[in-house]
Amino acid sequence: MQVTVTTRTRASTVAGFVALGLIALGLILPAFASRSLIQDLFFILTMLTLAQLWNLIAGYGGMVSVGQQAFVGIGAYAMFAGVILWGWDPVPAILLGGVAAFLLAIPMAFFAFRLQGAYFAIGTWVIAEVTRLVIAQWKTLGGGTGTSLPREATSDIIGVATIAELFGLRDAAARDVLAYWLALALAVGTMAAIYALLRSRNGLALTALRDNDNAARSVGVDAGRLKWLVFLAAAAMTGLVGALIYMQTARISPDAAFSVTSWTAYVIFIVVIGGIGRLEGPIVGVLVFWGLQTAFSDYGSWYLLALGLIAIAVMLFAPRGLWGLFASRTGIALFPVQRRLVTSGLVTGQPNTQREEVT
Amino acid sequence: MTPPVTVLDLANVSKSFGALKVTDDVSFSVPKGQALGIIGPNGAGKSTLFNLITGNILADTGRVTFLDQDVTRTPAMTRVRMGVGRSFQIPQPFEGLTVFENLLTAAAFGQAKREAEVEAECAQILADTELLRRANDLAGSLSLLDRKRLEMARAMATGPELLLLDEIAGGLTEGECQALVATIQALHAKGTTIIWIEHVLHALTSVVERLLVLDFGKVIGIGAPDQIMASREVREIYLGLEV
Ligand SMILES: Nc1ncnc2c1ncn2[C@@H]1O[C@H](COP(=O)(O)OP(=O)(O)OP(=O)(O)O)[C@@H](O)[C@H]1O
Ligand SMILES: [Mg+2]
Repeated sequence: MQVTVTTRTRASTVAGFVALGLIALGLILPAFASRSLIQDLFFILTMLTLAQLWNLIAGYGGMVSVGQQAFVGIGAYAMFAGVILWGWDPVPAILLGGVAAFLLAIPMAFFAFRLQGAYFAIGTWVIAEVTRLVIAQWKTLGGGTGTSLPREATSDIIGVATIAELFGLRDAAARDVLAYWLALALAVGTMAAIYALLRSRNGLALTALRDNDNAARSVGVDAGRLKWLVFLAAAAMTGLVGALIYMQTARISPDAAFSVTSWTAYVIFIVVIGGIGRLEGPIVGVLVFWGLQTAFSDYGSWYLLALGLIAIAVMLFAPRGLWGLFASRTGIALFPVQRRLVTSGLVTGQPNTQREEVT
Repeated sequence: MTPPVTVLDLANVSKSFGALKVTDDVSFSVPKGQALGIIGPNGAGKSTLFNLITGNILADTGRVTFLDQDVTRTPAMTRVRMGVGRSFQIPQPFEGLTVFENLLTAAAFGQAKREAEVEAECAQILADTELLRRANDLAGSLSLLDRKRLEMARAMATGPELLLLDEIAGGLTEGECQALVATIQALHAKGTTIIWIEHVLHALTSVVERLLVLDFGKVIGIGAPDQIMASREVREIYLGLEV
């Protein structure tokens, strides 16, 4: 029997080229885009990265964390500490954010992994709150009211002068460009890493684990190791994103940096709207979210209420999100991970995404 | 001649769920290459016995030995890598993966190999278990019958030295049943040690050379199938319940 296995589809080949084109466009965009567009894209890219990371641990790993703000917050504070206390340049200090989040994730996983389902969610949230309360005691970083990055630190960030000269921008705008490029790098890097993981042997194991923990162990999947790996990696990356976000705003407070609304609720909204458990989902979700945010965020609590209603509507009518709905109608996958067996050049059908139709 | 290798040995294994003793001082061993059938009424503790052998649940007392290694407290994940493959009575497919991917996962992790090394073998198993036509369908979309086939196929993909099959023949037509028996016989002929729990007796007895009867968690008989089926105790407890 002649056996070939492929993951490629025609859509994915096209998507690969489009993605490369978009990345190239994204890189040169600051040459002609307005400052406000760059700022919008910074927001979109950082939220996209957070959403992809949450999708990885919840949508694939089955670990529904409501405590991701702990990693955003600790990452941001570690970056501030590096700059203010130890005189680091903000860009390398972002790496401190990743390290700090990684270290926080170890005890967090240790406790939370003992909990199941809703208790896991609540557990992660409680740990994030505790972290916020502890950080609020850190007087040299402004305690409960927070602090700003000192002018000296923000005025000569690595690369800003070069960018300012290159594009003929003022310092503040050049800082935005730098932050945007870093956000682009993080978003692309995160998605590439997740995609590579999903296409590896461990990607199969992760999905197997999510679908049936007991059966996954019974075919030899090391559930514990894989969960640790994914949780810690996602935490470290989330810490980097948090540090980057607060490098851009240059002002921090515990309430903002550890906000469950900003860094977890919105992120869950993005993933649920777009489609959980698929890489395309957060991309669609973040665009919808950004559109809503731009159009309606002036309406305050009515806006939040509307977000909630939209999320409920999507969960009821398209439980696999907007992308999931689209994919089940068309069979299109931009980032396919499904291994399709082709025997003797025959058999098989279209990529199957019909799961939600079958009960 | 070297003495026959013992693949599996249970010594005084017991397990209780609360006050209910589901496995009661069970001892038996299975030599390499044997096909052992297990019968017994509903709730006798057959599936629990499998769980104790695979490590999905751990024994309260007693010892489980696999290929001369004490695995009594070894987790399921490790036992399957050592060569204990199993199917679940109630199918537990990975619904978000395709049928082929279900096997790939089992083969890659159960045999600790790279995907590319096991692809051809998985395709062959799909062909042998009549699942090739569904290879690229999500396991969540399968009918119950195909889910049962997948259970068997996935267990085979782990590359087991000892294969545990839990009620896989129920609901098959006569022709399908014969095909299943042929598949199991082929595995048996290759030297795989098999333990098969089955209510469909004619299928079971056409494969196994030894039969174990379980009732209320106790082994009440073990031996050649015709002898076991002829014993009065078994006829009363087991067959009495069938009619
Ligand atoms: N996890 C569990 N917790 C509590 N009781 C259990 C558990 N698993 C099984 N039991 C009980 O143990 C007894 C034996 O169950 P088991 O599934 O081993 O029987 P069985 O011989 O496989 O039956 P069947 O022929 O119906 O499959 C039953 O009374 C069952 O309700
Ligand atoms: Mg049973």
